[in-house]
Amino acid sequence: MNKFKDAEHLFRLAAVFLIGAIAFLVLRSFLVPRSFGQYGHYRGKAFVEIAALPVSYAGHQVCEGCHTDVLDVKSKGVHKGVACESCHGPLAKHADDPASVQPVKLDTAKLCVRCHEANIAKPKNFPQVASEDHSGGAACNSCHQPHSPAMIAGGSQ
Amino acid sequence: MNITRRQLLILLPAAAIAWEHILAGTPEASPNYNMTGHWWGMLMDITKCIGCGSCARACQLENHVPDGYYRTWVERYHVTDWALEYPKVDSPEGGKNGFPAAVEAGGKNFFVPKMCNQCADSPCTQVCPVGATFVSPDGVVLVDQKYCLGCRYCVQACPYGCRFINPQTKTANKCTLCYHRITKGLTTACSEVCPTGTRQLADLKNPNDPIHEFLKTHSVQVLKPHLATRSKCFYYGLDGSVR
Repeated sequence: MNKFKDAEHLFRLAAVFLIGAIAFLVLRSFLVPRSFGQYGHYRGKAFVEIAALPVSYAGHQVCEGCHTDVLDVKSKGVHKGVACESCHGPLAKHADDPASVQPVKLDTAKLCVRCHEANIAKPKNFPQVASEDHSGGAACNSCHQPHSPAMIAGGSQ
Repeated sequence: MNITRRQLLILLPAAAIAWEHILAGTPEASPNYNMTGHWWGMLMDITKCIGCGSCARACQLENHVPDGYYRTWVERYHVTDWALEYPKVDSPEGGKNGFPAAVEAGGKNFFVPKMCNQCADSPCTQVCPVGATFVSPDGVVLVDQKYCLGCRYCVQACPYGCRFINPQTKTANKCTLCYHRITKGLTTACSEVCPTGTRQLADLKNPNDPIHEFLKTHSVQVLKPHLATRSKCFYYGLDGSVR
C-alpha cells in the first residue's frame, strides 16, 4: 500500500501556505491603522482630524461679547437677524487677537446691493431697490445706518 | 518567581489582550462633545432665499475651497407654467457674486441653495473601495483625506453632484457640515452668515432644537426622495421642478 508515498509534497505545500498566511496577518496588523473599525469600516481618528481644523468665522456670539454698543443698535432694527460676519467677513483671527488683526472698512455701495439689488427671483416681501435709480452708486451709509437701516435723521432724503 | 507551565498558558492570552489594548490607545475625546448625542441635518427655507451668495462665499473662506469648486452653491430657477418639467437653471460662479438681472420675464423665479444632503443611506459612502468616506455616528458624511485614493467613485455616485476632486490634494472633497465648527458648539459657516435665516443647522436628536416644531407644522421635502437616500437636508417651499 503506497497510496500516500508522496505525502511530503503536500506537507511542503501546506507549510508554504501557512508561512504566507502568517506573513499576511503580520503585515496587515502593521498596515491597518489602529483606529480602523472603531466605529465602522473607516478610520476612527478621521473625526478627530476633521474636528481639529481651524475656524475662520468666530460666530456672532463672540462679536457681541465686546461690541455691545453695535448689538444695542442692531437688535432694535430689521438687521437684528443678520450675523456680524455676514457683512464684515470671517474675523475669528480678530476675535483671538483684537489689537493686531483689524477688520477692513466696508464699501456700502458694493456691500448692500449683494442682498438688496432688485431681482425677479427674490421673495416679493424682501426689501429691494434698483441701486442705479435709487442712489446712483452713492454709498448707502450716507443716508442709512447699516446696523439699523432706517433713514438717518437729516439725511439727504 | 516561579510560573508553572499551566500558569504561563493562562497568562499569555491575557497579556496579548492587554498589549492589543495598549496599541489601540485612548481615543482622543473632543471635549464636551458627545458624538452619539447628535444627529445633524439642515433646514432650507427657500421661501426666504434672496440669492445673495453669502453662504457660498463663507463656505469657500471657512473651508478653503479652491476657486471653481463648490461645497455649497445657489441655483436660480426659471419655470414657466407650460414647461414645469423643464426649468431653466443658472448659477454663475455658484451664486458667489450674486445673480444678474433675469433676461426672461414671466413664469416663476426662485433661488434654491444646494449642498451635501448628509444622507443617512448615502450612495457615495457605499461605493468607496477603501473606507475613506463614511457616515459618522452623529450623521455627517465625511471624507478621510489621508485614506482617500482619489478614485472618483463617490463623485459619480452622489446623485446631487455635491462631491468633487480637490485639485490640490487630489482627493475627494465635499461639505463636512462644518464638522470642525459644530463639534465646538458653533453653527455652520453658511448658516452663520445667511442673512435671512434660509439655512438653519438642525440637530434632530436635540429635543429643544426648533427643527422639531418646524417639521411638525410645515410641509417639507427632500431632494430626489425616490432615491431613498434618507437625505437630512429638508427643504421648505420646494418647487416640483427642482432637481
